[in-house]
Amino acid sequence: MKKNRLHILLFTLLLSFSGLLQAESIKIRMGTEGAYPPFNLIDKEGKLGGFDVEIGKALCEAMQADCEWVTSGWDGIIPALLAKKFDTIIASMSITEERKKQVAFTDKYYTTPVRFARPKGMPIEITDEGLKDKIVGVQSSTVAENFLRGRFGEIVEVKAYGTQDEANLDMLSGRVDLLLADSFVLGEFLNSKDGQSIEFVGPAFTDKKYLGDGIGIAVRKEDSALLEKLNAAIKQIREDGTYARINAKYFDFDVFGE
Amino acid sequence: MEFSVVWDNLPKLLQGAQLTLEITLLSLMIGLVIAVPVALMRRSKNPLLWMPAYGYILYFRGTPLLIQLFLIYYGSGQFRPELSDLGLWGLFREAYFCGVLALTLNTGAYTAEIFRGAIQAVPAGDVEAAKACGMGRILIFRRIILPKAIRLAWPMYGNEVVFLMQATSLVSVITLLDLTGIAGRIISKTFAVYEIYIMTALLYLAITYAIVFLFKRIEKRLNRHLA
Repeated sequence: MKKNRLHILLFTLLLSFSGLLQAESIKIRMGTEGAYPPFNLIDKEGKLGGFDVEIGKALCEAMQADCEWVTSGWDGIIPALLAKKFDTIIASMSITEERKKQVAFTDKYYTTPVRFARPKGMPIEITDEGLKDKIVGVQSSTVAENFLRGRFGEIVEVKAYGTQDEANLDMLSGRVDLLLADSFVLGEFLNSKDGQSIEFVGPAFTDKKYLGDGIGIAVRKEDSALLEKLNAAIKQIREDGTYARINAKYFDFDVFGE
Repeated sequence: MEFSVVWDNLPKLLQGAQLTLEITLLSLMIGLVIAVPVALMRRSKNPLLWMPAYGYILYFRGTPLLIQLFLIYYGSGQFRPELSDLGLWGLFREAYFCGVLALTLNTGAYTAEIFRGAIQAVPAGDVEAAKACGMGRILIFRRIILPKAIRLAWPMYGNEVVFLMQATSLVSVITLLDLTGIAGRIISKTFAVYEIYIMTALLYLAITYAIVFLFKRIEKRLNRHLA
């Protein structure tokens, strides 16, 4: 462990020297949401953290870039990228055809299915019949919403919330019968103190039509140089074990997918 | 700019505008019913009357409407067992009810202040003259104070109506699909941010001008003896 730290220290020193020598290390403003635990969140001390943020920092290190973090509300995150409030979106954004019309995506840096959750013991089955006229809470502008409207839109009543926390609150107060969300995010809620009365139900959906090709980093279409750098950096952290180290902090399986 | 997006989604936006109008009208009417007695209570010298009115106005004018909405909607969720016991959960379960309640209480407070100001602004000479003619208190209020106060309050009240109509855009945060809520949903699907928001803004503008026009007409009629 100690040796490892020394390595990191040397590496950082080396990096800072190389930064001095290069004189112009690239500056990147990383955009994220900060309200999507465990992927991106603002902790009790007001610091930005989570899987996305740690991966982002590792990528910056791999690219030898000087990164600054900016947070944005989810609904306006693509417009903010286009308006150059920041240069990347690393906020667990699924790669979808619709979004590709607006922004360019790197290769995926992880994949994630969506799942339903219900109050413990509530007899709701995840079938077309079982879901009939049920109220399902979902975060708006997410793939979970697209999937829900696309696959079950005719059957259930969709209630869309600005944040996942609000949907969770309404689950607890009984305004919705079911939640549908990213299985990791939902898992986090189910493991929390408040989420004890809620349980997963039904299969994990990975429908490529709605859920896209995994989770990528979005950049403006014209920033192709940055895109290539990010792709190379993703490859690098996968190979040098940095990814595995961060992965192990959050999940007990390889979240990258195959 | 892709304006076909606007055209395709116009029916949905109009549907949202309908909910906006509905919530505005409902909150205004109930708010007005609250405002008149509150304004009178506020003017009373009895502390049991003016103090609750003062507290109500202070709270609802002193806190952002967004916070009031969150408090009523998500706050009521925390008191579900208590509200169920009272038989009120059926109401508070609905975002529509919570939205209208918050807007009603909010506009009630502002309107009460408008009326209080207007009643105070009725010239003391008018009231004295009425007294000299031998009118009783209620008759003075009905014949002298109220008509004059309404005329004085009208332009300010028109302002409040416009503000309230625009404030209804906040109910989209508690899942209601009003004009703003619908616009957000369309944008999340099409990403046509500018096109849809421009159209949304134009619809709000149209509603505002309809309100302003209506209030101008009524104002002219109220003051026709002065022309």
